[in-house]
Amino acid sequence: MPTLLRMVSMAIAVALLCNTAIAEPSTSLEEALQTVQQIGPKGQGHQAAIPALQIVSQQKAEDLPNILAGMKGNNVLADNWIRGAVDAIAEKTLQSGASLPLTELEEFLNDTSNSPRSRRLAFEWIIQADPEARNRIVPGLIDDPSLELRREAVSDRLQQAETAHAEDKKDAAIAMYRSSLDAARDVDQIETATEKLRELGESVNLREHFGFITDWYLIAPFDNTDQSGFDKAYPPEKSIELDENYEGKEGTVSWQQHRTDNEYGLVNLNDALGKHKGAIAYAVAYFESESARPIDLRLGCINANKIWLNGQELTANHVYHAGRGIDQYVGTGQLKKGTNVILLKICQNEQTESWAQDWEFQLRVCDGLGTAVLATNRPRE
Amino acid sequence: MSGYLKTIALAALVIMSSGADWKQFRGSAANSVAEQTQLPLSWTDSENVAWKVDLPGRGPSSPIVVDGNVIVTASSGQDQERLHVLCFDAATGQKRWERQFWATGRTRTHPSSANAAPTPASDGKNIYAFFSSNDLICLDVDGNLKWFRGLAHDFPKAGNDIGMSSSPTFTADTVIVQVENQGESFVSAINSETGETRWRIQRPKRANWSSPVTITDAADTPIVLLKSDDGLDAHHVVTGEKLWNFEGEAGGIPSIVTAGDRIYLPSEGLTVLQAAGGKQEPEILWSSPRLRPGPASPIIHDNRVFAINRSGVVTCANLEDGEVEWQLRLKGSFWATPILANGYLYCINDAGSAQVVSLGDKGELIGTSEFGETIQSSPAVADNAMFVRSDKSLWKVSSQ
Repeated sequence: MPTLLRMVSMAIAVALLCNTAIAEPSTSLEEALQTVQQIGPKGQGHQAAIPALQIVSQQKAEDLPNILAGMKGNNVLADNWIRGAVDAIAEKTLQSGASLPLTELEEFLNDTSNSPRSRRLAFEWIIQADPEARNRIVPGLIDDPSLELRREAVSDRLQQAETAHAEDKKDAAIAMYRSSLDAARDVDQIETATEKLRELGESVNLREHFGFITDWYLIAPFDNTDQSGFDKAYPPEKSIELDENYEGKEGTVSWQQHRTDNEYGLVNLNDALGKHKGAIAYAVAYFESESARPIDLRLGCINANKIWLNGQELTANHVYHAGRGIDQYVGTGQLKKGTNVILLKICQNEQTESWAQDWEFQLRVCDGLGTAVLATNRPRE
Repeated sequence: MSGYLKTIALAALVIMSSGADWKQFRGSAANSVAEQTQLPLSWTDSENVAWKVDLPGRGPSSPIVVDGNVIVTASSGQDQERLHVLCFDAATGQKRWERQFWATGRTRTHPSSANAAPTPASDGKNIYAFFSSNDLICLDVDGNLKWFRGLAHDFPKAGNDIGMSSSPTFTADTVIVQVENQGESFVSAINSETGETRWRIQRPKRANWSSPVTITDAADTPIVLLKSDDGLDAHHVVTGEKLWNFEGEAGGIPSIVTAGDRIYLPSEGLTVLQAAGGKQEPEILWSSPRLRPGPASPIIHDNRVFAINRSGVVTCANLEDGEVEWQLRLKGSFWATPILANGYLYCINDAGSAQVVSLGDKGELIGTSEFGETIQSSPAVADNAMFVRSDKSLWKVSSQ
């Protein structure tokens, strides 16, 4: 190619490249955050989000409040992606000896319209940069909508109660343990406050505090040989007629009333119905509600289980003997004003190991934060 | 130095650095053997412990070592919902970075375990941290998040409230994780660059705590071996195609170990398979009920196989026919897979008592050193140092 033509070609190529570079818009932080917020399950959105996250991660510390605002709380995956960027920016800033925008972060924390996790993350970096700030901030979090933040305040108040208790200031200790109990939503803090109150001669009704259901109608056994009954709809799943008899696994079965006085609402089916293996029990409770409202039904159960509310299946878990704990399985539903029917299916398998013999459950009704929702027809203690 | 020599020197440095890494559970070769390594035979708080640091959360996961960095995971919070990935300078113990995330899957475990049970893996460039909640996190070695997947968020019935501990493995730009449990049970192969799923297969709906192992066959086919309690499956790493299956009772905790074309499967005690290549089912070479590993995985070295059961009995057998050469009873019960370095077996029991066994014609206990804390995780070894973690602490044991 002649030299002049080669030079012109190169010049055109360079000009095109420059124009391309100039014409390509730079992605703003807001756009990058929006791209990350599009992350979905099963890897959806990753291809676009990976370079977008790099843009977010390269921002300055002063942008942290805006980045935190990108954690909307309705996408746990995206919240984790953004958290990765926030932690990188904040850590590098502090490691370099520079400062975080603490005033702005505290304004962000104090605005409860921001998502709980974004506020918690702001709190963590505030106290990392300024540990003294904790003493100022935490007392105001005792009723915070973020349970992670609330836990800090409850922990401090329990310690203050402990100090008052040690100084023989009984009334002050009781007041602080009681307010700790009222605010706590984590089981360990509830149990600590309860234990201390009882030591001081105070009464605590854990069944009511948690919202455990204690009165049930039970019927069993239906067949669960080879775990085959889990998806088999026995008569109680079709209709609940408390006066009816049914053909069960070992003959005729009928409903029987049962009340548990266990502190945590635990119903021991081996004790209540006899020890059956390869068997299914149903439990039904009638819950009178003052109003229509959303609730959680939270089940602790070592056996396979299903939960229905007013005929709608909320959750099904075909898992045997993998532990039991409060709030182990959660079904979210809607109470209607008046009478609500809660139905449980509790399935025992045929394992022979000593650790595989329990047949039991506990169920509580609460809101999304774990605050008990009590039936108006609950037994008065 | 000439350019050619510089290239050679650089290549040598890379090889040495790579060889000094311990990039996944049981080391880069997944065999618990640290080649050409000198470790102390005993240590105390004031001798042969280079450093000890506190950890912010719990976990039986093992540390890994990547390019002079010790990476370890931990979990914290009321429900172990907080996930930690930490990086320490291997030389000094100084924390280089820490990243935290919120679990998206089930976080409950047996009290003796924790959400940070699987050991992370690395390809030398990125770290793939996995948790019992089935959250898979990719960070580069400088702590920059590349991507995050919540595999139980994708499939909410995936989980085990006793805890899950299968560790990820990496090959051919793919991270492979076993998510086997009574609920939604599967194995996923994840694109290491993007975090997207290459393939996913259903697995038996039973708890399984053993970890996948990758090999290549004579045709250089990348294969992942998936053990469950009813045998061993071999799948093509890139496509997920099942290549062969071996049926046999195989416990749900110890993992397999491979050496060349041989696979040592904790089944009927220990069963040794010879891979035939392609889609041919492997041949059984021998089986020994006396070699019954406990939770710890077996170790192969120098024509011998070593297995330690939960009661602390170490059995050494000949690799050719499984003939038992010696047995030695150690003190305590054992969860952690030992490591083998320079002719010694380092066995750490649950109470944190590290018993060093010399591997001559007869195994001989030559020393015991106390960590003083519960230890369930296997050590990592790199650059003549052993890195050990408990729920609370991370140690570097080294005489250098």
